[in-house]
Amino acid sequence: MSRKIGDVILDLQNISLRFGGVKALTDISFDIREHEVRAIIGPNGAGKSSMLNVINGVYHPQEGKIFYRGEERRKMEPHMAASTGIARTFQNIALFKGMSVLDNIMTGRNLKMKTNILLQALWLGPAQKEEIEHRRKVEEIIDFLEIQHIRKTPVGRLPYGLQKRVDLGRALAMEPQILLLDEPMAGMNVEEKQDMCRFILDVNDQFGTTIVLIEHDMGVVMDISDRVVVLDYGKKIGDGVPDEVRSNPEVIKAYLGAGH
Amino acid sequence: MPTQAKIAALDGLHTFPRLLLHHASTRPGAPAIREKSLGIWQTWTWFDVAERARALACGLAELGFKRGDNLAIIGDNRPHLYMMMAAAQCLGGVPVPLYQDAVAAEMLFVLQDAGVRFAIVEDQEQVDKLLEIKDQLPALEHIIYDDPRGMRHYNQTFLHDVHELMEMGRIHDRNHPDFLNREIEQGHFDDVSVMLYTSGTTGKPKGVCQTHASFIAAARGGIEVDRLTADEDILSYLPMAWVGDHLFSFAQAMVAGFTINCPESGETVMTDLREIGPTYYFAPPRVFEGLLTSVMIRMEDAGKIKQKLFHHFMDVAKRCGADILDGKPVSAGDRLQYALGNLLVYGPLRNVLGMNRIRVAYTAGAAIGPELFSFYRSIGINLKQLYGQTETCAYVCLQPDGHVKSDTVGAPAPGVEIKIADNGEVLVKGPMLLKGYYQRPDATAESINADGYFLTGDAGFLDADGQLKIIDRAKDVGKLTNGGMFAPNYIENKLKFFQFIKEVVCFGNERDMVCAFVNIDVGAVGNWAERRGIAYAGYTDLAGKPQVLELIRECVEEVNAALAGDAMVADSQVHRFLVLHKELDPDDDELTRTRKVRRNFVSEKYKVLIDALYEGKASQFIETEVKFEDGRRGKVSADLKIVDAKTFPVAGKTA
Repeated sequence: MSRKIGDVILDLQNISLRFGGVKALTDISFDIREHEVRAIIGPNGAGKSSMLNVINGVYHPQEGKIFYRGEERRKMEPHMAASTGIARTFQNIALFKGMSVLDNIMTGRNLKMKTNILLQALWLGPAQKEEIEHRRKVEEIIDFLEIQHIRKTPVGRLPYGLQKRVDLGRALAMEPQILLLDEPMAGMNVEEKQDMCRFILDVNDQFGTTIVLIEHDMGVVMDISDRVVVLDYGKKIGDGVPDEVRSNPEVIKAYLGAGH
Repeated sequence: MPTQAKIAALDGLHTFPRLLLHHASTRPGAPAIREKSLGIWQTWTWFDVAERARALACGLAELGFKRGDNLAIIGDNRPHLYMMMAAAQCLGGVPVPLYQDAVAAEMLFVLQDAGVRFAIVEDQEQVDKLLEIKDQLPALEHIIYDDPRGMRHYNQTFLHDVHELMEMGRIHDRNHPDFLNREIEQGHFDDVSVMLYTSGTTGKPKGVCQTHASFIAAARGGIEVDRLTADEDILSYLPMAWVGDHLFSFAQAMVAGFTINCPESGETVMTDLREIGPTYYFAPPRVFEGLLTSVMIRMEDAGKIKQKLFHHFMDVAKRCGADILDGKPVSAGDRLQYALGNLLVYGPLRNVLGMNRIRVAYTAGAAIGPELFSFYRSIGINLKQLYGQTETCAYVCLQPDGHVKSDTVGAPAPGVEIKIADNGEVLVKGPMLLKGYYQRPDATAESINADGYFLTGDAGFLDADGQLKIIDRAKDVGKLTNGGMFAPNYIENKLKFFQFIKEVVCFGNERDMVCAFVNIDVGAVGNWAERRGIAYAGYTDLAGKPQVLELIRECVEEVNAALAGDAMVADSQVHRFLVLHKELDPDDDELTRTRKVRRNFVSEKYKVLIDALYEGKASQFIETEVKFEDGRRGKVSADLKIVDAKTFPVAGKTA
């Protein structure tokens, strides 16, 4: 693979996050480079999902700074994060169960729709043209994720592995620059995991999307990530390429549970 | 050969490239190929196809493809792969389609045997397979791929995107405008047009070389029998390496000029079928069976009124549907009922199945149950059977409209001669015969006899109406002591069409009569028993119930009556049978993993039962060791009753 990893796109400096007296994240700094696959790992309760929520603006850290493309990011709402090109999938799938796969992915295009709701409802001139354009994009994603056969199937009727794929599809519909994946392979069998790995790598490779992922399956993480950051009890205990992290004694301790 | 001379005389349309140019010039705007892409059916007209095939051919020439070269084609049914077949033929090359789901090691033999220098493949998956074995393929020079997805980081110079190849070809064509037409003109009807490999279940696969003339003859014959027009739509979803797909989706489409439709992916075939609504359709029996099962299951979940309506009109259809389709006289009352049923049940059902527009549907490849067959015919779908093999362009017998029977494969197709050898083997001769096996003159000589007949390896006979009945593989057919033919699979299949019978093993080779072991279908018979209030403890108990033996006897006698109607197989009527006390099981080595009976093993293991059948005993005690799924062993024993079944005198022969 000859993927080019670029400059730092997102820089997190000394992030601390508290919920009342509970310290979720303590003084964490790491950066994310353009086009890389960056994994965040750690035992349960280490603060991985909180970290992701900080990145996409759901939580606002009490301390620390976030630089996005070199500019300090102000406090912002998740939809603003979305419009700056950060998309995510969820640990517990959050799709519209009664809607078809196609419609679910189409919702990912919502931010990109320019015409007003009245024109859209009446299916008039520019709205029609716009929707055809969006539909085309959605179809490309359906083709990319190889889910043509379930295009019209309500999401609630699909097996779990496919729902995860649709969730990824919806995030991709935003054409994000950074894609946050919260445990994309949780609860999957080996074959589904392999498929998912392939899609994540393809997204990264073909669209150049920067990927930040949380994952428990160490084999998967070590295989597909460029760099890994390890959290434990809200603190950063390791950061580096997979081989470094694997041999880091702190990380081994956290994972093997020695000393707790 | 006279037939070939006739084809040559037809406007010079005696090779596939000429046919392609013919359609492109006479009906350039008519649809030739459709493919669903990004959710929308895209159409290539005959002009588009000819233009692309031309660009592909010139591109191949630019890469050094020469007359007589073989071009491997590996992938699902994609428009560019079909166009590539025509492109290779333009240059006098030979397309060699391979089964796309084979692993690399399985492809190796064919690629080596055919000395393939050029390959066109569908996608990255197939490219990877070829790269895996490239070291063992010194002849392979260029690989062209259709789908560029995932191919960005492959920088080998021998890999080419199909669009690049076309660009290359278009430049070549501009610089040498007369080149391709000269190449096409050099094409001769007796040139090999395609090489299809046999599956190789018996030994190594063999490349069957078929000429333009033979495939065009086979296509024309089929088109004539079914009056196919340029307006047909066909769904091309079966492997391109299979002779049937080559006949329907390539040869017939080229000759008649109809439209082929490529599904979006393997998983969307059923949806695509509904969207396209083909007028001409082929599927193996298991597809028809699967569709029927899904209909029946959904019917069980339907409301009471709908169920009543469905069953009532299905009874009507059973009574007169097939006759109406065949144009036979049917009473006015039934016609009226059928018309009403068509409006309420058959029409909507055909629509759901995607078969509303079907004029002709074919099935082949395995025996199809008479119930299944007549179900489709009774709801107005013109389902028929055909018979042929790779060596005969899948063109030997076709069922003509109005003379369709569930137990024959039809009458000899136009131009085909059929002869039955003394051992019962079906021999065929005609313009569709293979030119030979690729670089295997020995095998060619073995398969074609001195009179020019091809030895099919199937045993069969022509019935009173001159239709061919296939009964068995010739090597499985034995003889009874009175000289009558013993065709075990034929009898067994007939019995297995009954839902109550799961497995049958017949004996009779070099014996004075046919006897059989039967396994009941515990689900169907169990259900039957419950409805009659017969209590049972398990398979062994159920199998020994006198009522069950009576039920099976009725089935056997029905088959005997049918067998008696045919002088050829009348001696194979089952005289005595018993219902085995245990199910034949692959764990006990009685069946193969693909659930075929291991005949010799079974007859050794149950020798005492066979002896009892032939010694005329009324019952026999047996104890058998069985393996349970958890590895424990146990014993099953029973005192098996032996049942005498009624046999029938043969028509025109004294019993």
